[in-house]
Amino acid sequence: MTGKSKENYNENYLRYIRTQDPPTQHFKNCAAAFGVGGLICCIGQFIRIMLEYAGLTGDELAGSTSVILIFLGCLLTGLGVYDRIGRYAGAGSIVPITGFANSVTSPAIEFKTEGWIYGMAAKMFTVAGAIVVFGVFSGVLVGLLYYFI
Amino acid sequence: MGQEMLDIFLQFLKAFAVGGGICLIAQIIINFTDLTAGKILVYFMLAGVVLTAIGVYQPLVEFAGAGATVPISGFGYLLANGAIKGAEKGFFYAVTGSLSAASAGVTAAVVFAFIMALIFKSRTKRN
Amino acid sequence: MKKGNTVFFKNAPRIISFAAICGTKEKEGVIGEFADIALDDDMYGESTYEKAECKMLTNTIALAIDKASLKEKDVDVMLSGDLLNQIISASFAARDYNFPFLGVYSACSTMSESIMLSAMMVNAGYVKRAVAATGSHFASAERQYRYPLELGCTRPPQSQWTVTGAGGCVIAEGKEGIKIVSATMGRVCDYGVTDVNNMGAAMAPAAADTIMQHFKDTGTSPCDYDMILTGDLGALGSRIVKDLTWEKGYDISENHVDCGEIVYNVIENEFQGGSGAGCSAVVLNSYVLSKMRAGLYKRILFAATGALLSTVSSGQGESIPCISHLVELEY
Repeated sequence: MTGKSKENYNENYLRYIRTQDPPTQHFKNCAAAFGVGGLICCIGQFIRIMLEYAGLTGDELAGSTSVILIFLGCLLTGLGVYDRIGRYAGAGSIVPITGFANSVTSPAIEFKTEGWIYGMAAKMFTVAGAIVVFGVFSGVLVGLLYYFI
Repeated sequence: MGQEMLDIFLQFLKAFAVGGGICLIAQIIINFTDLTAGKILVYFMLAGVVLTAIGVYQPLVEFAGAGATVPISGFGYLLANGAIKGAEKGFFYAVTGSLSAASAGVTAAVVFAFIMALIFKSRTKRN
Repeated sequence: MKKGNTVFFKNAPRIISFAAICGTKEKEGVIGEFADIALDDDMYGESTYEKAECKMLTNTIALAIDKASLKEKDVDVMLSGDLLNQIISASFAARDYNFPFLGVYSACSTMSESIMLSAMMVNAGYVKRAVAATGSHFASAERQYRYPLELGCTRPPQSQWTVTGAGGCVIAEGKEGIKIVSATMGRVCDYGVTDVNNMGAAMAPAAADTIMQHFKDTGTSPCDYDMILTGDLGALGSRIVKDLTWEKGYDISENHVDCGEIVYNVIENEFQGGSGAGCSAVVLNSYVLSKMRAGLYKRILFAATGALLSTVSSGQGESIPCISHLVELEY
């Protein structure tokens, strides 16, 4: 009864533990995600409007807005605040661009104890590397698609 | 003046609703599957790329402004949009366009993360 | 003497002293007043969390030896392990001492495994005094097994909180101290749980298997013991282990206590409770053994449980094999 071989008992056990799972608080999670996510986007919108007043337009405007948001995400990560927000807000703080900033900054801060080159720099993209890789790859695909069509 | 204030208020409302809505979808996916944060980010970014490529995301950006560009799917929009614009200029720009468009975000992330790593150190958590 | 998977110690090796160091968060819980040192700072004055964990382990061993009124030269061997890759905390702690070091690893059940092996060596007469110790640190475990500390991700409701702390004891021959009567060696159980956040459910079958094996081998029943102490199953795993043993006709719900469940004051913040090698080590070497010495418990079973996974194995989609070793203590 101990090994993996008894497939049948495993199935029963897995089904049994699923019934024992503590309940996820769907409503609370979703409300927090919606609220915090919306709020971060509003901050983005605020920055956007401010920069528009300052006279930026087009790509420069969009780029500057995300740069400022990324800076805020990095700063809050460094101050140790962002993970608190994340624990409470779930996807609300993961999905905005500040979550991307958090996923770059947190390993950088964490692994600097293993040295600047192999620790901080090499591990900076342990989480966010996937986004850059898939982003660039899919972007190139889209570019080629539009070029040949 | 009143009309202008209302416009700005509506902009914020739209940004809140669309941005919050995208996060809400992500939270529902997290609740019902065991996808981790890293995977959610990649899927939403890819969704942004695909939706931009088929022309759905551009209207959403025009409608919601930061509500559509701030979530990570907006990063995908940026990449795909850069690639589409580059494709009009030629083969070379079709390949390089996506990352050029996203260069601001990636550069900012690297530079600021580096600076934060210089200043701060990770701290243990109590809850 | 061995029957089934259980070894009986006819020379009855004794736990002559024990010591524990716990972190700031654990201090507020039940073990706070029983631990020898409760840290005010989880860094313990060191520059990294790994060094802090190593220092906790080193000092725990020193304390345990000291409390037994022994000197370093009186100790014949030390058995220790921890959760970090290549058990660095234990090995690095050992370099501060002159006695030989045997590294053991069975994840969170390292404490019971090292007590069991020490008792075997002492019982056989190969060594006179052995030190068994282990520890873990929340921050170092988190960054090895999960994510960077500052990453803002949610903890699923099944998850547990790695205990910051270290515990150790000195096992010797003689007439004084808490008797180690028997020990049951655990089998690796894998029921196919793949969710790394649900350790309780993964480890419960191993605990149930070892505890029932012990009852079978010794011919005892749950009511013969004052306490059946499991390692770090947490609230969820405790429910499951009670169900699993009840199914086979053993009712342990009366006297079952889980270290992970009792280690924290308010369990809601940590979801299912504590986990990690330090969890069972700290609770056993402070609260439980103190209470035994005070005569509150006469006879207990200590079955720490360990999940034998690594980030590589879970990345490759493997399920989580688990183990539980058991020692029977009597005073």
